[in-house]
Amino acid sequence: MKLFDYVLSGNCYKIRLLLDFLELSHEKQAVDFFPGREHKSDAFLQINPLGQIPVLEDDGAYIRDAQAILVYLASRYDPTGTWWPINDPSELGRVAQWLAFADSITSTASAARLHDVLGYDLDVAQARAGAHKLFRVLDDHLANQELQGFNWIAGSNPTVADIACFPYVALAGDGGIELFYYPAIQRWIRRFVKLPRFKLMPGINIFD
Amino acid sequence: MTTDNFTQSQWYAIGRLPDFDGVAQKPVRLLSRDLTVSHEAGDLSVKDAEGHSLLTQVRYGHLWTSLSDRPRPLYDMPEFDEPGRRLVTAGGVGVRCSGLRCVENFLDMAHFPFVHTDILGVEEHSSVESYDVNMDAEQDEIWATKCKFFQPMASAAASGGQMTEYKYRVPHPYSTILYKTCPIQEDVWDLVGLFIQPVEEDECIVHSFILVFDDENTDTGLLHFQQNIFLQDRMILENQVPRKLPLDPRWELPTRADASSIAYRRWLKANELQWGVALFNEAA
Ligand SMILES: N[C@@H](CCC(=O)N[C@@H](CS)C(=O)NCC(=O)O)C(=O)O
Ligand SMILES: [Fe+2]
Repeated sequence: MKLFDYVLSGNCYKIRLLLDFLELSHEKQAVDFFPGREHKSDAFLQINPLGQIPVLEDDGAYIRDAQAILVYLASRYDPTGTWWPINDPSELGRVAQWLAFADSITSTASAARLHDVLGYDLDVAQARAGAHKLFRVLDDHLANQELQGFNWIAGSNPTVADIACFPYVALAGDGGIELFYYPAIQRWIRRFVKLPRFKLMPGINIFD
Repeated sequence: MTTDNFTQSQWYAIGRLPDFDGVAQKPVRLLSRDLTVSHEAGDLSVKDAEGHSLLTQVRYGHLWTSLSDRPRPLYDMPEFDEPGRRLVTAGGVGVRCSGLRCVENFLDMAHFPFVHTDILGVEEHSSVESYDVNMDAEQDEIWATKCKFFQPMASAAASGGQMTEYKYRVPHPYSTILYKTCPIQEDVWDLVGLFIQPVEEDECIVHSFILVFDDENTDTGLLHFQQNIFLQDRMILENQVPRKLPLDPRWELPTRADASSIAYRRWLKANELQWGVALFNEAA
């Protein structure tokens, strides 16, 4: 199994997290995303015509899109069946719903970070405003979950939905987005970093 | 604040050479001014907002320019001509603080165990032994030598913990280079350095490079190692208050007492540097 990886990418971090949580042996191929833009090179476009990372190679097949890779890894390699709760349709529906939400976090919070850290030319005010709207929704949801005794996005266990939402929320400060107004998000981040085999990525503020 | 002479008379890196490939014009910001880099028939030129041409040179993998007509000469790094070394340029990373703060953080070994935990330091070995700091009066630059630190993973090529010896050099208010024991070859130093582009008084772009002997890692592997470390620094740097460098002795901040930082601040003062420095009465 091989992950096409970039250290500063939150989307690649999602896959690194699950690979570690499930203790799956794998190799990483370092991609020069910045400054080299290797993900837009002809060779890489053969692997992913969208020119995006992450991509996972397993059993001779390539899978792209962080959320799709999380679903694949959890369904295939999680013996507990909790990260992608295949046996509970209503929980599964909630997980899938928040996977889609995670991609909107990428197009807002991650965009602001690319602007501030790597100098991408984009409308950062719009990206930050979009992220704040989503974070309000996530914070309200997490606060509600807590009231019902649930610590995680889809219920009482962490699922791939938590993994998919975590990186760009936790890295928001890199893009000038304060998490000060989102106390339930802060508590969820503190719980997340205590998961066994969790590894920190630079830019994450743990609020302790 | 208008730029002081010392700041104004320097050369500044404004990008790696490949950053200007395939772009006819690229806006860049330096010392609170808008400049334009033009790329015509393989030639790079830089103009200010009024259309005046600025001096340029290509060195150390980067394009450099100056707002002065008679800049101080750019410092020499003869290691760039040594055969067998590999140069990896890591690209410009934006940081919301004065570039002077980035230099000071780079000189400070005490942060290794806490910011670069298990890579450049471990919490059990967190004390900084004393080292020498000298002014090279002829070149007007600072050298800190005989710095020693225990490092679990001193570079991408390291295979275990080692006592790493360091030298630090500050030849320019916005550049600093460290020379560290090469983990795979004796009697040579690996170089890691920062060329900082001051954008505003409290905002900068850090262009970093490594120039090392390494026959194991790919360039991209070295790049990831370097960028991971720098992003750890970036978060710390962005949390410092005030964002400019507090040079005024009236600051009652727990400013760092280490010798290289004192020498750096003294040197900036002696050169009457003011741009990028926090004034006591405009307290953050
Ligand atoms: N939906 C994709 C988005 C991936 C994505 O945006 N990846 C970034 C790096 S973190 C990328 O490759 N961006 C380049 C581009 O979109 O052109 C996923 O979740 O994997
Ligand atoms: Fe550092």
